[in-house]
Amino acid sequence: MIENKTEISIEALRAGDREEFSRLVDAYSGPIYRLALKMLGIPTDAEDVLQNTFLKAFQHLEAFEGRSSLSTWLYRIASNEALMLLRKQHHEIPLSDFATEDEDNSDYSPAQFTDWCCLPEDEFLSSESKAALDHAVQHLPEVQRIVFILRDIEGLSIQETSEALNLSEAAVKTRLLRARLRLREELSTYYGERLDKRSKG
Amino acid sequence: MSEPDQTKCRSLLGCLSDYVDGTLSEDLCEEIEHHVAECRNCHIVVDTLRKTIRLYHESAAETGEVPGVVRERLFRALNLDDFLQH
Repeated sequence: MIENKTEISIEALRAGDREEFSRLVDAYSGPIYRLALKMLGIPTDAEDVLQNTFLKAFQHLEAFEGRSSLSTWLYRIASNEALMLLRKQHHEIPLSDFATEDEDNSDYSPAQFTDWCCLPEDEFLSSESKAALDHAVQHLPEVQRIVFILRDIEGLSIQETSEALNLSEAAVKTRLLRARLRLREELSTYYGERLDKRSKG
Repeated sequence: MSEPDQTKCRSLLGCLSDYVDGTLSEDLCEEIEHHVAECRNCHIVVDTLRKTIRLYHESAAETGEVPGVVRERLFRALNLDDFLQH
């Protein structure tokens, strides 16, 4: 989530004010780097996406019409950059090829019913636990991963996520639900084991 | 809690995101709440789904900074070296 700590002047950016652009970079590079890192999992890849995002933003400032917010616009560029990099590496199906999406969620029916919410707070704060969270996200299909990161990690609304990815709100909601259900299964396995270990002493 | 009606469990699946986000219509919310009160499995699914989303949301707050060297290389790539000190 991007906090509006700094007021950035779009007029100054358009006029080529470099100092204003450096303020834009400082205000937004944290969230953009985080998105790239969660999406790609490799710091050097995330850094490539970070640099390309701001290079493209700088080149296309004139095309920024202000219909969406600056942050949504930057998330849009960064999402495209991250997906392009993944596609180059794995040749996966592009996001836009999922034009029709069936409504059948039966493959996503919950299979794990362990109540792990009661684990003590230190279990959730450990570095092992955080690594397990990241690992689970990185194993989502990329079309679900980018939606989940924008909506649930970066805190964009459904509408902003759909603007950033050029997807319908219905498609965003379907992918979000599936991502959330998958992650719940993954975390249920991980924290279920933690629960077992604790009960065995 | 009684034996869960699995048809109901499945039919509620599609509404779960809207339910945990608080954007579901009032009557559907009531329907879910009624079912969840009777169905232990769905109760756990709703609780652990909420917890899953909260854990990820909280994880964002801890990783919002760009490492210093990454910032430096970024500023150089953008020809903004003269503003590195800000």
